[in-house]
Amino acid sequence: MTTTVAKTGPVPDYDYDIVRQFTIMSVVWGIFGMGMGVLIAAQLAWPQLNDLWQPFSHFGRLRPLHTNAVIFAFGGSVLFATSYYVVQRTCQVRLWGGWLIPFTFWGWQVVIVAAAITLPMGFTTTKEYAELEWPIDILVTLVWIAYALVFFGTIMRRRTSHIYVANWFFGAYVVTVAVLYVVNNLEIPVAPFKSYSIYSGTKDAMIQWWYGHNAVGFFLTAAFLGLMYYFVPKQAGRPIYSYQLSIIHFWALISLYVWAGGHHLHYSALPDWAQSLGMVMSLILLAPSWGGMINGIMTLSGAWHKLRTDPTLRFLVVSLSFYGMSTFEGPMMSIKTVNALSHNTDWTIGHVHSGALGWVAMISIGALYHLVPVLWKRREMFSVKLINAHFWLATVGTVLYIAAMWVNGITQGLMWRAFNVDGTLTYSFVESVVASHPGYIVRLIGGAMFLLGMLLMAYNVYRTITEKVNDARSDNTVHAVPVA
Amino acid sequence: MSTFWSLWVIVLTLANLALIIWVLFANRKVAVDDQTLPENKTTGHVYDGIEEYDNPLPKWWFMLFIATLVFSAAYLVIYPGMGNFKGLADWTSVGALETSEAKAQVQFDETFGKYRDMPIEDIAQSREALKMGSRIFANNCAVCHGADGGGNFGFPDLTDNAWLYGGTPEKILETLYNGRQGVMPPQGPVIGEEGVKNTAEYVLSLNGLEHDAAMAAQGQKVFNTVCMACHGLDAKGNQILGAPNLTDDIWLYGSSREQIQHTIRGGRSNQMPAQKDKLRDDKIRLVAAYVYSLSRQDEEQQ
Repeated sequence: MTTTVAKTGPVPDYDYDIVRQFTIMSVVWGIFGMGMGVLIAAQLAWPQLNDLWQPFSHFGRLRPLHTNAVIFAFGGSVLFATSYYVVQRTCQVRLWGGWLIPFTFWGWQVVIVAAAITLPMGFTTTKEYAELEWPIDILVTLVWIAYALVFFGTIMRRRTSHIYVANWFFGAYVVTVAVLYVVNNLEIPVAPFKSYSIYSGTKDAMIQWWYGHNAVGFFLTAAFLGLMYYFVPKQAGRPIYSYQLSIIHFWALISLYVWAGGHHLHYSALPDWAQSLGMVMSLILLAPSWGGMINGIMTLSGAWHKLRTDPTLRFLVVSLSFYGMSTFEGPMMSIKTVNALSHNTDWTIGHVHSGALGWVAMISIGALYHLVPVLWKRREMFSVKLINAHFWLATVGTVLYIAAMWVNGITQGLMWRAFNVDGTLTYSFVESVVASHPGYIVRLIGGAMFLLGMLLMAYNVYRTITEKVNDARSDNTVHAVPVA
Repeated sequence: MSTFWSLWVIVLTLANLALIIWVLFANRKVAVDDQTLPENKTTGHVYDGIEEYDNPLPKWWFMLFIATLVFSAAYLVIYPGMGNFKGLADWTSVGALETSEAKAQVQFDETFGKYRDMPIEDIAQSREALKMGSRIFANNCAVCHGADGGGNFGFPDLTDNAWLYGGTPEKILETLYNGRQGVMPPQGPVIGEEGVKNTAEYVLSLNGLEHDAAMAAQGQKVFNTVCMACHGLDAKGNQILGAPNLTDDIWLYGSSREQIQHTIRGGRSNQMPAQKDKLRDDKIRLVAAYVYSLSRQDEEQQ
């Protein structure tokens, strides 16, 4: 049987500097972005909080800051850190790219800081998840090209014959996000911070949601599956469950996701055929999405006992459960008759957060707890108890959040379309807002718990890095995998 | 959609689905041939210590995949989706909307129909009609005029008996059907800052509010030459023009000295949107009756 292990030579001198930088910033931006989320959740419960520092503190300006910060600042930093780490280790070669590597770090940080300044000032393209104005778009594109060169340059120089499945997903994400971002952000600049999209009307809406849904599909799903394919088997010390499942669900997932954006525009001016295709492709996406969950969770079979003692592994497994749940919920919500109830309600926000908190954030946190001791050459994290506390805060926080949004969403959907026998609407809009208020408070509590967990993590990471007595192995993952 | 783009959509859709089905079946076959004891075998790949089993696809998962594919194929045969192909059911979203609107029309004719020719005064006597009117009001009018019709800054209170354009059923219907465009022209350039301040004192005095008598006397002169054109010599307003009564201590834009000065200096512009294209005739009549009844609550109670 052939092996893909490098045949000769010692373990390469991996470039961990860049991974360390992005790891630290993942924690920092995670706290910042989720803090913004808690603030705007509070504003929805108590609108007076909009007036903290008008107009900069208005919900309409901070909401895009929250989404950009958690997706691109937190999620992006996690993905840079983990993809740079994983691609080196699974290709058995040092990161390629010279000055391009630090450029991706500093460029990305400049993008985030620019977003944090311009969005509260009111500079926005008004496209959801693509609010940044054109000068920042250009910088994003340059950073992304550098990222692609570094990533694929490293793959080209690999010392293994095959390319590991994690890198398929990372590769698909790097390429597709570039296409999505550039095409959706084509715009004509008219001033230093003002531009007009080259699309208009329904076409603009379709391009926007083709982008928007694949920001979810490729940035928040495919890329994090890449992360999952490395950290779950590594932390569990078990082989991946099924190679053929990897192949099938990879190709199905990446080819179907790009069709699904139309389901954001059900019952709109979007032509019927595009709505139908958006729904049908979303439904077929269910099995490929679950392929990743099966491969992750079944990888643990034979190692379930580790869950009792290893809260990091628990983060990874629970994130897969939330992934499975939200990728079931998504196709269901894309069915037009279900969408007729769920559209424009808080159900959508709940669905997004079961993915964003339950899947993306939890698997990121698990990966970071795995990474920090390796990167700083420590035996283990400063406190396993704190990881455990973080796990419970994150899990309970997520459950509170999504349960509150389910209740709110279904309540709103039912109230909005309730008719009296005389044909008049039973409720006015404001009555549904009043009915949503308790849910907004529960959501705020859930979000605040999640944020509190991140603060514990920051402390734990800080102590791990600065502690002197904890230094142990030069590379503590080398012996982590027992032969199956 | 042109034939080219229609074909483009069909070919891409079918090609993508065919690719998925091929990947699904092609890789499944390998598993059957290859894996006699999958539990004990890995692919032989090792990446940074990670190995891979090649377990067969879980059967339920495979069947789930097939089921979604079959459902989708059927859906694309029945409903529009494949480019210009309309689907066997001949369903369109516009058609579905028209069908349910027609159905609703018939249903609602039974409930609303009788109000189409009934005088507003009579509708306003029907408890059932007022209840419907209040629901229509809550969903269409309350956003500006308040859930209780009590108004807001810039949006008139509909529960008092002060009317900008008249409170008869005919006038209320006219307002609802065609909307209103309220304009108070800016007077700052005409009467100067001195004139603005003096006139504001006069307006305050008309309402019995605290004011500077000497300035008000000066203001009266300005009023009687400029403002009286619309508001009348007695300042009681003119409903034909929508010029408000300035003596009843009812204020659309506030009664403070600064607010009155601001109104005189810069003018005001306001719009009540026309409802004739938004609400059906019978619904407008129900709302009119409801608004009419709001303003008469006091009288009725007496």
